[in-house]
Amino acid sequence: MPSRTVTISNRLGLHARPAMMLAECATSFSSNISIRRADGGDDVDAKSIMQLLMLAGTCGTKLKITAEGRDAEEALETLDSLVASGFDDE
Amino acid sequence: MKLRDLVVEKAIVTNLKATKRDDAIAELLDALIEAKAVPGSLRDAFLKSAINRERRGSTGFGHGVAVPHVKTPDMMDFRIAVGNSEEGIDFKSMDKQPVHSIFLLISPESRLEEHIDAMGAIFANLGKDQFRRFLRQATSPEDVLTLIEEADAGQTTG
Repeated sequence: MPSRTVTISNRLGLHARPAMMLAECATSFSSNISIRRADGGDDVDAKSIMQLLMLAGTCGTKLKITAEGRDAEEALETLDSLVASGFDDE
Repeated sequence: MKLRDLVVEKAIVTNLKATKRDDAIAELLDALIEAKAVPGSLRDAFLKSAINRERRGSTGFGHGVAVPHVKTPDMMDFRIAVGNSEEGIDFKSMDKQPVHSIFLLISPESRLEEHIDAMGAIFANLGKDQFRRFLRQATSPEDVLTLIEEADAGQTTG
């Protein structure tokens, strides 16, 4: 399955609003998308804000995103850009 | 991070009188002030901040729960008030369902990483069907505390 590792770059980390943006973005793809902390822990559903908030990702936290489905590559590319952009936070 | 350390026992309201979002936030904030966990002088600023936050995007993330929050430079410690509403409150939730359980989180602005941890700890529990069901059924602050203590100890599943 295609995957890639991204680093949370905004100062405030993966708080509620970025989590919402990420979930909304993930939901726009048909692929199943899961995310886990690169330093361990469970996979969570990238389309669920609640589950994304469970990751407790702070600035600098590395996340491994895995996608499975027809638009998997495109989903990874888009999510990667979103996280790298810092969610236009602050 | 243990939720029990953040939840203010005297600010657990198992039967909220409020039926509207802003009133519910105010009721929980008043419970924190009554419990002397938040200075009364900050009430209006916190209320405004929490409501503005909801207007930017609902913290009703679905499944009947909401986590309104305030980040403040005026406090050094985290505080959580917990409220239950039997009839349900319209939080403009993403799944459009009424909210039955609310965690109001007050976070010191200077402790960013811990704010993320606190949200993580809250959702590690609220993300579970069983926790949400038991929380909603809780009829006393003691019930809620027991549930949270069990969750902190990793005893609840599902």
